[in-house]
Amino acid sequence: MGKLFTRDTQAIFWNNNKTAIQRMLDYDYTIKRETPSVAAIVAPTSGNKFEKFFWGGDEIMIPLYKSTAEAKAAQPQAEVLLNFASFRTAYDVTMEALNIGGFKTIMITAEGIPERLARGMNAYARELGVVVIGPATVGAIAPGAFKIANIGGTIENIVNSKLHRSGSCGLVTRSGGLFNELSNIIAINADGIAEGVAIGGDRFVGSVFIDNLLRMQENPDVKYMILLGEVGGTEEYKVIEAVKSGKITKPIIAWCIGTIAKYYDSGVQFGHAGASANAERETAEAKNKAMAEAGIYVPATFNDLPAKIKEVHEGLKAEGIIGEIAKSEINTVPKVRRPKQFICTISDDRGEEATYAGFPISDVATPDTGKGIGDVISLLWFKKQYPKWATDFIETVIKTVADHGPAVSGAHNAKVTARAGKSVVESLVTGLLTIGPRFGGAIDGAAKYFKYADDNNLSPKEFLSYMKKEGVPIPGIGHRIKSLKNPDLRVTGLMNYAAEHFPSTPLLDYAKTVEALTTSKKENLILNVDGTIGILMVDMWRALGYPEEEIDEFVASGTLNAFFIVGRSIGFIGHVLDEKRLAMPMYRHPMDDILYDVKKAEKID
Amino acid sequence: MAQKAIREYDAKSILAKHWDKYFPDFTYSYETALVASGAELLEAKEKSWLKEKPLVAKPDMLFGKRGKNGLVLFKDQKPGDVSLEKAAAWIDEKSKEDVTVYFSFDGDTPTGEPKVDRLTHFIVEPFTPHDQSEEYYISATCVGDEDVLYMSAEGGMEVEEAWDEKVTEVAFQITATEEEIAKRIKANIPADVKEEDKENFAKFAIGFFKIYRELNFAYLEINPFVMQGRKIELLDMVAKLDDTAGFMMVEEWSGVEYPTAFGMEAKSPEVEAIEEADAKTGASLKLTLLKPEARIWTMVAGGGASVVYADTIADFAGIEDLANYGEYSGGPTTGETKFYAETILDLMTREKDLKGRDKILIIGGAIANFTDVAKTFTGIIQAFEEYADKMKDIGIKIYVRRGGPNYEKGLKDIKEAADKLGLKIYVYGPETHVTDIVRMALEEK
Repeated sequence: MGKLFTRDTQAIFWNNNKTAIQRMLDYDYTIKRETPSVAAIVAPTSGNKFEKFFWGGDEIMIPLYKSTAEAKAAQPQAEVLLNFASFRTAYDVTMEALNIGGFKTIMITAEGIPERLARGMNAYARELGVVVIGPATVGAIAPGAFKIANIGGTIENIVNSKLHRSGSCGLVTRSGGLFNELSNIIAINADGIAEGVAIGGDRFVGSVFIDNLLRMQENPDVKYMILLGEVGGTEEYKVIEAVKSGKITKPIIAWCIGTIAKYYDSGVQFGHAGASANAERETAEAKNKAMAEAGIYVPATFNDLPAKIKEVHEGLKAEGIIGEIAKSEINTVPKVRRPKQFICTISDDRGEEATYAGFPISDVATPDTGKGIGDVISLLWFKKQYPKWATDFIETVIKTVADHGPAVSGAHNAKVTARAGKSVVESLVTGLLTIGPRFGGAIDGAAKYFKYADDNNLSPKEFLSYMKKEGVPIPGIGHRIKSLKNPDLRVTGLMNYAAEHFPSTPLLDYAKTVEALTTSKKENLILNVDGTIGILMVDMWRALGYPEEEIDEFVASGTLNAFFIVGRSIGFIGHVLDEKRLAMPMYRHPMDDILYDVKKAEKID
Repeated sequence: MAQKAIREYDAKSILAKHWDKYFPDFTYSYETALVASGAELLEAKEKSWLKEKPLVAKPDMLFGKRGKNGLVLFKDQKPGDVSLEKAAAWIDEKSKEDVTVYFSFDGDTPTGEPKVDRLTHFIVEPFTPHDQSEEYYISATCVGDEDVLYMSAEGGMEVEEAWDEKVTEVAFQITATEEEIAKRIKANIPADVKEEDKENFAKFAIGFFKIYRELNFAYLEINPFVMQGRKIELLDMVAKLDDTAGFMMVEEWSGVEYPTAFGMEAKSPEVEAIEEADAKTGASLKLTLLKPEARIWTMVAGGGASVVYADTIADFAGIEDLANYGEYSGGPTTGETKFYAETILDLMTREKDLKGRDKILIIGGAIANFTDVAKTFTGIIQAFEEYADKMKDIGIKIYVRRGGPNYEKGLKDIKEAADKLGLKIYVYGPETHVTDIVRMALEEK
């Protein structure tokens, strides 16, 4: 109860502020957190999907998202938003997050958000019960659990100031620079802090002193509180009220800085925007006096604050309210670290035995493992263990596309190259190089267009007219000789398999309504093998629970064609070996099979 | 500072520009001119009313009590007979030499310290004959977390002198809806507003509060305005804008300027140079000269730390010894720090201490969050190298205290450099309490 953060707290970091995020991860590593404290980064203008950061000497990847909504949907457990947007956009980012919901705490770093916007934002957050830290703050920390961005400074300072493990003080300041300083003073004169918040320097900040102190009153780790206020405003009086009314019973040590301001007229602006006294009551001196009268521990001067802290802490220790702080183990962040040039997320050869997505090769290789090529593909291509109906389907596809005779362009190329005396690999790649939009590409195309039509609820008729406008024949429709009456048995096989084993086949069902329309126009405009594969792959992924965007990415990145490439490589190699076996001579195309139409080149002056 | 005062002329211009949106039921002639001299007034020919109507002229330089200071021209022989030529002559006469202005009065007797400065801006408007009973008061500002609307059936000086009896206050949460606001304003129109004006007063007040909210005014006051049926005259206005909203209000506020207050001491060239440097960098460089002949100078990193150093110096030595207030923060470059340090060293080495003591330079700072201490100290060291001879000549003891990224190197560098240059220096890190060097500096004889 009453704790702002725990060791499991995770944040969404708005803005890819690499230095600050790295500081958080260094802290996480130092205090031996299990999960990184940043679960996601919102980077609206970045095209990247992740950003690399050091985790100790290693590196980890933090996912990037274009919007807070996407990040929150993907990382719903992240209940803190670290809003590092500029003063121009910080308001919009906060309001959007409040409307999305699911955030317990929002920290805003921008200084100089328009006052009226800041007030509206703070009021809305308060209504929703969301804690706002800032604007114009360096953040907050729960030592040993979670640290926001740059608060606490360098890792060396954090350890020196005992911010790596929980102490017994609850610290609230306005200033971020003095927060650090106070942490250090508390480490030297007492046993460190249990929770600390720098509320921010702007005139209108979200959570004020009293909000934080009331929470700390409920936090069993906090045994006493330190409040560092400033000249200007009346927030300290709310604390005085809470002490007087008994809402706050834990001891408070407090000091307001800016006692000098009384000597000068308002022309001299000391410190923050919020720091300007409009009335005698708002001067640092009046507030210090009022706090002392309410029984709050107030030192004679700021310079005497350390001694006061020592005195109160020792008193509480003597009373047995504060015990000994347990030592905590820490990791040491290596001094020299090098970012890695390459990333691998599918296999690992560093251990005893190389693995495919975490599975030792011997666990999938031999027949007794019950695993086939389909399983290996699901591990290495998709980093998932697909169910048997899906891996069997993948194998069915590969077997189905393995070859289609010597006359197709890829096979022909491979054969010609083999006959020129080139090696298996050279001949194979000349064959593979023909795979693309006209050869094999219909699998990609069929998946793309049929999915588009289905996603947009186009009727078969609308789909046809859409494709006509696009100016492309529908990929996956049409066969040279086959028709509904004389079906392609490969297609029949795939469809039968799907009917029997797929949980459902919505896209194929749709495609069949299209086929009914196209075959009514011309007999041979049937769903061909490429189309069936592309469409059933989409149905497979849908049934496996992939979100539509991820399936769209598979299509866009050419994953479907990859099945064709793997399958057809088997056939191409067959043709190449066939040529070698037959020791066929160099091929030269007969001249009478070429239409020569060469005119003399015109001269251009 | 987020809240900036603007000229009466600019306040009226902003209202006039948006008049039809906020006050569709009323008219405002917006006959007003801002001039720096009589000649400029005579040349403002496009404003034909200047020639046609009797005029009122007064300074437009952010201060009030102009009437009591004798700085409102509304009569030549009798009220309402000021001609264009007369107004021009008066402006020339008043801007010829410095004038003394009091900011508070007890009755008609000035109280408090006056300021002496030159008048440079005047607002000229038609003289508006009206009955005292047509004058009203309205203002709005933010108090605590609420916006407060103040309304009174009496305008002018009367309202200021009997505030508690004559003013109705209505406070609104930031989240208040327009319907709510309209309803509460209607329910709270001051009782002594004339019966026939009550409905119009409410309409005007609703528009007034709406423009205050929507155009990001931090303070808006019309004292008084004259209501003659649907015709409104704004006789006197005071306004402050929340300048952080400037990026959203480019259109709405176009042309507004933020003048310095009357009587603000002319800034020294050094302070102006620091302000210029501050405007150019993402870091923060601030300098205020408090008492340049004083003995203790500070060069402190960070907004909060700079305040506690000033507090501590005042506690230990009193403010007579404090020469400046300032701070640098937000990771200034070596070059920027060098410039900042040179400026302070230059000011500090102009005169010896009057009592022949060593001067004290406090190079202080808390434990930085992300500023590289060694890098900023490199700039200070370079400034030492430039000014070492002068510093030894004047007699300066330097006390350093700082922590944060790379502080060990920074402290070591500055100590070595000062020793080499023969400067007296004492260097402390985060193990020493942040302001304790002030005590040490003052205790050491």
